[in-house]
Amino acid sequence: MSEPTRREMLLLGATAMLPVPVAAQETPRRGGALTVHFATEQRILNPSLQASTGVYIVGGKIQEALLDLDAQGNPVGVLAESWESAPDGLTHTFRLRRGVSWHDGKPFTSADVQFTAMEMWKKILNYGTTLQQFLTEVQTPDPHTAVFKYEKPMPQGLLLRALPDLGYVSPKHVFETGDIRQNPANTAPIGTGPFKFVQYERGQFIIADRNPNYWRDNMPYLDRVVWRVVSDRAAAAAQLESGQILFSPYSSLSIADLQRLGRDPRFEATTRGNEGNVRTNTLEFNFRNPVLADIRVRKAIAHSLNVPFFIENFLGPFAKPGTGPIPSVSTDYYPTAPMPQYGYDVALANRLLDEAGQRRGAGGVRFSVRLLPAPWGEDIALWATFIQQSLQQVGIRVEIVRNDAAGFLRSVYNDWNFDLASGWHQYRSDPAVSTTVWYRSGSPRGAPWTNQWGWKDDRIDGIIDAAATEVDPVKRKALYADFVRSAQTELPLWMPIEQIFVSVFNRRIRNAGNNPRWASSTWHDTWLAS
Amino acid sequence: MRVLQLALRRLAASLPTLLLILVGLFLLLQLAPGDTVDALMAQMGGGDQALAEELRRFYGLDVGIAAQLGRYLMRLVTLDLGFSSIYGKPVATVILERLPATLLLMVSALSFAFFFGLVLGVVAARRVNKWPDTLISTLGLVFYATPSFWFGLMAIVLFSVYLQWLPAGGFGDITQNLTGIAAVLDIARYLVLPTLTLGLIFLAIYLRIMRASMLEVLSLDFVRTARAKGLSETRVVARHVLRNAMLPMVTLIGLQAGTMLGGSVVVESVFALPGLGRLAYESVVQRDLNTLLGIAFISAVLVICINFLVDILYARLDPRISAGS
Repeated sequence: MSEPTRREMLLLGATAMLPVPVAAQETPRRGGALTVHFATEQRILNPSLQASTGVYIVGGKIQEALLDLDAQGNPVGVLAESWESAPDGLTHTFRLRRGVSWHDGKPFTSADVQFTAMEMWKKILNYGTTLQQFLTEVQTPDPHTAVFKYEKPMPQGLLLRALPDLGYVSPKHVFETGDIRQNPANTAPIGTGPFKFVQYERGQFIIADRNPNYWRDNMPYLDRVVWRVVSDRAAAAAQLESGQILFSPYSSLSIADLQRLGRDPRFEATTRGNEGNVRTNTLEFNFRNPVLADIRVRKAIAHSLNVPFFIENFLGPFAKPGTGPIPSVSTDYYPTAPMPQYGYDVALANRLLDEAGQRRGAGGVRFSVRLLPAPWGEDIALWATFIQQSLQQVGIRVEIVRNDAAGFLRSVYNDWNFDLASGWHQYRSDPAVSTTVWYRSGSPRGAPWTNQWGWKDDRIDGIIDAAATEVDPVKRKALYADFVRSAQTELPLWMPIEQIFVSVFNRRIRNAGNNPRWASSTWHDTWLAS
Repeated sequence: MRVLQLALRRLAASLPTLLLILVGLFLLLQLAPGDTVDALMAQMGGGDQALAEELRRFYGLDVGIAAQLGRYLMRLVTLDLGFSSIYGKPVATVILERLPATLLLMVSALSFAFFFGLVLGVVAARRVNKWPDTLISTLGLVFYATPSFWFGLMAIVLFSVYLQWLPAGGFGDITQNLTGIAAVLDIARYLVLPTLTLGLIFLAIYLRIMRASMLEVLSLDFVRTARAKGLSETRVVARHVLRNAMLPMVTLIGLQAGTMLGGSVVVESVFALPGLGRLAYESVVQRDLNTLLGIAFISAVLVICINFLVDILYARLDPRISAGS
């Protein structure tokens, strides 16, 4: 049987939601240490308090969530064994796994779920606070049942899709006294997962060892997981090549190195196992600038950018043109009908700008704008330069203003000190988690990655609110199709590129990428070939 | 007694400098848009406004800038460097954890650069305008002109990826628990490449200074006298010229100790070493004011100490200096 080529594998990974199954079945080998590239150190490692890939990559092996996603991308029980929801969407019952214990030996019970949900997810966890805002209480009729009560209907699909990321459980007996944020267990986590926290040397490494009392029989296979802190991209690539690191997650290497290592037979560079971590590149407009408030100008800008050309020449095989706020990997909510798109058409762009009254002045310049690119990715810097050069052709002068992370968020989302901004929108399994906030009006000033454009549309607000509490999956999907159509018609911001994070695996790692959020998942079935 | 007096005078003179550095840095960082909560939000990938406000209260950012600065200086009087918002630990602890790697790297790179710079400088000066001089000077120029991150990466590619002689990065082998001599040797192995990378640029400077300084001293009258006395050339160089030519080198060490503390950010990042340079960089990106000010404080104290030692060394090398002051 011939192996598929790398390009085929990449295309498969990028187009299909389903991870490619491993071809040959081998007998897993016990033992070995998996060394992982850890690019950005986090303040805490507790995924019950901070929802981000940088936390999941470590904390997700030590602590477990109620649910995870299986190879097909469907919710599968981890700490919850089964669940049912009342038809009105106000009550969701989880039956919890029995015989599970925390790393310190105490049993895992429904009291832990109740405590984590009410004190962490609802009060502290980013995105959790929005998801669980209508959660009124968690009842614990017995140690193995947790009943979630909501005051407004919670769609089961939304809850089940959100919980793999926003449903990590922390031990109540460790956190119930003192300030939760200051608890030492946030940087030395205690969980129920396959690996037990051992040591965290800031700036160097984190070590977790095999949990011998793990609830899955004979698992995990690995003896140890070591995360090495390497902030320099080129140095990380060298460590992969010298074998000091076996796995680099979430596109943490330079685009050139990703492509180079992908051609090396010792490694695999793939989007497989990251299908649950999709991002779209954005182009955000500030409506306080009257020029950009004119829809003809926004459309003209979109028509001026040759997105397929940019992808082919700068991003390579790991990206594809986006079609709207809901990315194509979202099998449940990606609209089936075609939505309004803005193809490359310079003549049309020029005409639209003329119609909008933005005539060319001295030097052929119509007007000038400031573009703020977010600092979290090589692709954003390239995209910003591409925008600058493309818009020059239609007579728009673009000044690029670079900031670091804190500066970017403050300037764009709090000070509104921008004309155009560009960054990533991250899609998290369901549009209600972190997508609709980009369009819904009424976000308080300063909330990052929300509608801070000075734009408001009552119709879109209505659709977003209705979809968030719509219990019927069919109606919900129709509402989101409506949402995408309106978003693409009004164009308050544009999401023209869709990307899945790229992982680089050393081929010794087996069962790598076997679920859509593999880098974040528990790695209980991961093993190393000798 | 004299040394103590000198030390006290130095200390008194450096206190205002230290205060200026800290206040200046504090105000400079206020100019950068965004605070540590914005940086945290960036890391989390989002969060709502109530959360942000609560975090600002938690980190003590809910009061004015003057009040924050006042609080900080008051704490500093009691030698309390405050609490680091990224690390959730006292700043003093965070810095102490990072100090050994930086000091080790700095001392080894400086010693390497100083020793070989001295030797090569002397060799070049004695064979001035002949082929050893040309070779050494050209090499020096190449080292000086090469950016250290490139040098580091190329060294990794050659020695770690292809030859597999030395580790590509890190600070000691973490897969085994070594103790005693084995642990020392292990860390030494990890330090070879960073030391060479950081040391080579300084080596280039030292050898050029040494060469120039040797040539200058060689032309002085007392050297002619020494030669006229019938001393051998080796003795002239070792006893008479070298000691006098060393003064600019010693000055340079004092100056560069500070540069090396800050300048090792690149080398520490490329070799994934847990040093102060990377900590400082991270603190800026994360807007962790306490940690950054703490590092500035410790670095300033270190530089002041080193310069004090250099002053004492001057007096040893050139007795006229202590007699004059």
